[in-house]
Amino acid sequence: MMVEPAQSSGAGSLGLVTSAAGRAAVRIGLTAVAPVVLALVLSGAVLSQMGTDPLEYYGYVVQRAFMTPSGFQATVTRMAPLLLLGAGLILAFRAGLWNLGLDGQFMLGATAAAALAPPLAQVWPIPLVLAASMVAAMAAAALWSLLPALLKAYHGVNEIITTLMMSFLGLSVSNALVKLAFLDPTTTVPQTRTLAVADRLPPLSGTTVSSGVLIGLVAIVAVHLVMTRTSFGLRLRVVGANPRAAIHVGLRVPLLTVMVFAASAALVGLAGAVEILGVHGNVRADWNPAFGLAVIPLVFLARLNGLATIVYVLFFSALQIGAESAARRLGVPHYFSLVLVANLLIVLALVEHLSQRWRLDTRS
Amino acid sequence: MPAAPLIEFRGVTKRFPGVIANDQVDLRIHAGEVHVLLGENGAGKSTLIGMLSGLQQPDEGDILLEGATVKLTSPKRALRSGIGTVFQHGMLVPTLTVAQNLSLGNPWWRFRREGDIAHRFEALCADFGVRIDPHAITGELSLGEQQQVEIFRALLRGSRVLVLDEATSMLTPQGVEELGALMRELAKRLLAVILITHKLREAFDFGDRISILRHGRKVAELGPEQLRETDEHKLHQLVVRSMFGGAGGAPHIRRADATGERRPVLTVRGLSVDGGGDGRVAEVSFEVAAGEILGIAGIDGNGQKQLAEALAGQRRAAAGEILLDGRPIASLDVGARRRLGLRYVTDDRLGEGTVGAFPVSTNLLLKEIGTAPFWEGGIERPARIREHARALIEEFDVRTPGPDTPIARLSGGNIQKAVLARELFGGARVVIYNKPTYGLDVHNIASARRRLSEAADAGVATILISTDLDEILELSDRIAVMSGGRVVGIIANDGDARTLVGEMMAGEMTGEERAGEAA
Repeated sequence: MMVEPAQSSGAGSLGLVTSAAGRAAVRIGLTAVAPVVLALVLSGAVLSQMGTDPLEYYGYVVQRAFMTPSGFQATVTRMAPLLLLGAGLILAFRAGLWNLGLDGQFMLGATAAAALAPPLAQVWPIPLVLAASMVAAMAAAALWSLLPALLKAYHGVNEIITTLMMSFLGLSVSNALVKLAFLDPTTTVPQTRTLAVADRLPPLSGTTVSSGVLIGLVAIVAVHLVMTRTSFGLRLRVVGANPRAAIHVGLRVPLLTVMVFAASAALVGLAGAVEILGVHGNVRADWNPAFGLAVIPLVFLARLNGLATIVYVLFFSALQIGAESAARRLGVPHYFSLVLVANLLIVLALVEHLSQRWRLDTRS
Repeated sequence: MPAAPLIEFRGVTKRFPGVIANDQVDLRIHAGEVHVLLGENGAGKSTLIGMLSGLQQPDEGDILLEGATVKLTSPKRALRSGIGTVFQHGMLVPTLTVAQNLSLGNPWWRFRREGDIAHRFEALCADFGVRIDPHAITGELSLGEQQQVEIFRALLRGSRVLVLDEATSMLTPQGVEELGALMRELAKRLLAVILITHKLREAFDFGDRISILRHGRKVAELGPEQLRETDEHKLHQLVVRSMFGGAGGAPHIRRADATGERRPVLTVRGLSVDGGGDGRVAEVSFEVAAGEILGIAGIDGNGQKQLAEALAGQRRAAAGEILLDGRPIASLDVGARRRLGLRYVTDDRLGEGTVGAFPVSTNLLLKEIGTAPFWEGGIERPARIREHARALIEEFDVRTPGPDTPIARLSGGNIQKAVLARELFGGARVVIYNKPTYGLDVHNIASARRRLSEAADAGVATILISTDLDEILELSDRIAVMSGGRVVGIIANDGDARTLVGEMMAGEMTGEERAGEAA
């Protein structure tokens, strides 16, 4: 008598799982894939207004970014900083903290790495130089996030505003450092000393792809696992989902806030270091790729899911690399990739709104 | 008997899921009278007023205006019918001038003539002997003055019935006097005034007629003749008895052997808490023994929540000692106190007690995140977490599709069961319940009370904070009454507890005075 209900309930829950999985697949299709398709159509309309055949453009982008060896390698290399930025964002957003100071933190990390690596490379073994530069970059970025973090943790000051303001300051500070403190006297263009190609992050064997992408993949998968499988991640999610509950259950919210900011900024700083140590070798004055603001929509598209973010980052990297070539070939400015992302966001918001309405309607 | 009533409620019933807020209420509001509605929290005053001001509609019964049925389906309708409501918390825009505020409700196409409105406002003020500058910034006026502005705004809109919802609760004693005088003037000009309060003093001072609500029913009405002719002491006893229930109090049937072990588990000495504007705790002292239930009665907002949060460790105490088994715990945080067996069932189940989007299983362990065996080395063990949830769901009869269901999908009663399960699980020594049955339906109320009582029988020292006096009387061994952040008296729950607690709640008497009177 005891066994039978248990069995039947087991079978029942199994049936529930498969149908729930099916429903989840449909939902992901509707809320994640459909917006992308719609955005491509919308942007295609913009392209044809500009006198470019959208199919030709998209075809060219795909061809450049995925089909040619050099293009594909560039795409994968570009993923490295974007993945690290995504990891930093997911960590902060899941904890309900809006770290929008990415660009400043990124540039400070990049500058720290660029300032440290070339001189160290002459005295230390290369692996140690790379590691030390990355740690320095992470520390610099984390330090830059400390002020907004403390203000948020102990005075409730809105971090959206403070991190943004600190971002502008961070950009200026890194620029000033490049032009004043770490200027390479042997070049005419203001830039830091250059790390020799041989001393940079080694490429994956047989390719030109920087091994930074491995660091990025490891980071985002690690963040994903920490957030979903550990007690630390759960604590952060409680703070993010219901700050009052976090206080009620006795979490040390101020401490967690500072820790999240530091970890998030450190990942962003690491993105800067990887870009310098793997690709550029130096920081030029006034260089700012502004990856940060481009990654924010991607992690939202991925619903703050680390694994889904990898897919979107691949998509966006390809788009950027393809668009840069298309700019030269088809005369469409490479900023068009931003138009596409903007359209994607608009469509995403609409889809979100509609699916919410639909859910409420079907429930009642 | 005065002429036909201006407003009449006839058999009005209003139900909410699981509760009857108003049950067959008959009420007659006459022009030229100040009609006081008295009752505890949850007696049904606010619902009644909500229906009168068009915010809610009765499920049964009629509201009649000068003998004709009216449907007050929106606040606008109510206003057009001549019913103006002044709510407890002001509805004026503090950054605008008085005149600008007065012109706010006008249709958008009408030309705004503030000068005209200011003129009419000044005339009205002069008529009532009040001085308020129509060009003053509203936020710079005192709360009493702002309230007068709201009353005059209602008059300017042609209201014949003025509803003042808890109008005196925000005012200084002098402000209350002024409001009283204004109400008398309004009544003299043949307006009907409805004053909602739970303070007896004000009811006697200002009311021409007093209606008493209890558990949604009108239990007594005292007309002008009665109020004039009955001896004050007798009147007062009559009102207290109607407000807080029958003579003598409910038969108390809790454990007779509760006095067996008298060693206090929780001792609080001189505890003070700064409330930051919304209620404070001042020099509260009490003890709770193992297996004992100490009820804390009082009107909502008299420091109960602050006291509970300070005991749980969520809020810093300004002064005083908290001892658990003789060990000072005031410097410990929430987690450390919980590990010692101090548990807190919050009154805000959804706001802070649970994370709605998280599964039931996670919510059941929300206060144990990171502990073995559910987490090993910081890595969660989903099977163990689910198993733990299944056991508690079974034991506490939580109706949920499964342990993975987001807890917000459950009904209020089942969320409360889950919260109780979390707090009572494993080594509870002291449990603080804050309004544990608030907002639940009858069935769930009974089951929550049984759960609380059984835990106490098993030796848990229990603090039961509630605004429902019946609940306190049903469950408690001793009853403390809080008023203005202080414990004004602690009495045993015996024969005349209901009357005594009622008197203390209504701010009529402190415990010491009562003791003096008895001696």
